[in-house]
Amino acid sequence: MTLSTFKNVFFSALFLTISFVGYAQEASGDDNDSKFDAKEMIMHHVKDAHEFHIFDWNGKPVTISLPVILWTDQGLVTFMSSEFHHDDSGTQIVEKDGLRFVKYHEKVYQLDAGTQELVFDAEHHPTNATLPFDVSITRNVFMMWVSVIALLLIFISTAKVYKKSNDKVPTGIAGFIEPLIIFVRDDIARPMIGDKKYKKYMPYLLTIFFFIWINNIFGLIPFLNSANVSGNIAFTVTLAAFTLIITSVSGNKNYWKHIFWMPGVPVPMKIFLMPIEIIGMFVKPISLTIRLFANITAGHIIILSLMSLIFIFETFAIAPVSVGFSLFILIIEIVVTAIQAYIFTILSALYIGMATEEEH
Amino acid sequence: MDLITPGLGLVFWTVITFLFLLIILKKYAWKPILGAVGDREDGIKKALASAENARKEMENLHADNERILKEARAEREALLKEARDIKVKLIDDAKSEAENQANKIIEQAQAAIESEKKAAMAELKNHVAELSIDIAEKVVRAELSSKDKQVQLVESMLGEAKLN
Amino acid sequence: MTITGIAAIGAGIAVVGAGYGIGKIGGSAMDAMARQPEIQGKIQTSALILAAFVEAVALFGVVASIIS
Repeated sequence: MTLSTFKNVFFSALFLTISFVGYAQEASGDDNDSKFDAKEMIMHHVKDAHEFHIFDWNGKPVTISLPVILWTDQGLVTFMSSEFHHDDSGTQIVEKDGLRFVKYHEKVYQLDAGTQELVFDAEHHPTNATLPFDVSITRNVFMMWVSVIALLLIFISTAKVYKKSNDKVPTGIAGFIEPLIIFVRDDIARPMIGDKKYKKYMPYLLTIFFFIWINNIFGLIPFLNSANVSGNIAFTVTLAAFTLIITSVSGNKNYWKHIFWMPGVPVPMKIFLMPIEIIGMFVKPISLTIRLFANITAGHIIILSLMSLIFIFETFAIAPVSVGFSLFILIIEIVVTAIQAYIFTILSALYIGMATEEEH
Repeated sequence: MDLITPGLGLVFWTVITFLFLLIILKKYAWKPILGAVGDREDGIKKALASAENARKEMENLHADNERILKEARAEREALLKEARDIKVKLIDDAKSEAENQANKIIEQAQAAIESEKKAAMAELKNHVAELSIDIAEKVVRAELSSKDKQVQLVESMLGEAKLN
Repeated sequence: MTITGIAAIGAGIAVVGAGYGIGKIGGSAMDAMARQPEIQGKIQTSALILAAFVEAVALFGVVASIIS
């Protein structure tokens, strides 16, 4: 087994599943895989992709083909991502409903009518293609659904335990899940929102906590972690937007007064504080977004970088160091999965608590 | 830069997935679980409260028992004392009655004796008087049987009765 | 020096600041916990939240340097 085969199998199996085929094709001119671009590989891993790559075997990628769904100016167009034949360089053209599509750097472009291939400008931006609205089931969406199925299985079977037993004693899976739910209730919702109002927000806080946590955990499991769901900014920005919406909707008069017309300070100060408070209102969810995204992505990048050392130095001798360090980081990451889910939830609860606080 | 530009497709799917998850879990998981946990906590609270109540009741009962026992003891004590008093009183009464009776009998006896004595004395006196009168009669008769003697007596009597 | 190099230095400076901040929070939290072990849980929660706030500022810095 050559180092390059080992590299493909190793990365695929342990952490990532990026297709090296794209590079192999690109670099096929200079005969080889000795050129290992760690940055490219890592970026490929932490970003979204249109197919779920499981591993490479002898240079052939084994993937789960996912549907590509595009909203073009001529309506909805769908086809399987396998039709690109693992191409990511924009050379493989898929023709559907009279429209031609290419995939370049995990973006599906719609070629302008009459053109036959993608033309790039000096900065490698395609010039003769447009980006249709891409609502494909990408690998992140796919993994998100896997996590949803896992959550539904876990929690509905937990709920069943209580339905079955008359005395409501938590047995089996409920014995493990119940302390977590009580933790969210007693250590997050109650102290942050208050005893009177916390009940209304419990479903949201519980869902967000377990949704983030399970996606963080899936991000650490080999094979499943080829998708980096909770380390994707689109995912985190959406959840933070939910928090912003809930905070704004449940904000009472007192909350809005503190934003637009701060009580207890002179009028010039009120005018001065208003824009700051309005910015603050949006900075809160933005910080939620960036914190989760950066923490999870940073964890993935560090582990991948450590592993890449083996292939950068092209020797097995560095492997113990790499493996040792990434094991250490992985253990920290296990703690981080829980802490980030906890922080996201507790800060959401804190913001909701601030919005619903009564005047005192 | 690409890394921190949210892809709209993923945003779209995240919104749908999250809302779906929230609704399903809320209905089929959070409600029953939180309900069951809440019910159980209420049950535990109630059980604790009722245990506390039972304990208090027990304490009350205990206190009651103690009180009743004390009362009973006091009552017994009182009864015994009363009985003892009655006994003493009965004996005393009997004693004084007997004494009275005895005194009365003695008094009566004394009175009877006295009266008998008086009667006897009176009779004796009468007898003595009669006897003395009889004797005196006889003496006087004997004395005054001769004239000399009568004159002698008058003389002596006159001599005795000096006129002063 | 290229723009990426400067950006990397910026990110590094942001991390130094955050490291100092989080270190201070951690140290003070430890002090407080040693002084009042009975409210350890509360201190831990607040320390985590404060660390998250400090971290957010550093992450803003890092993201800003990524954007440039």
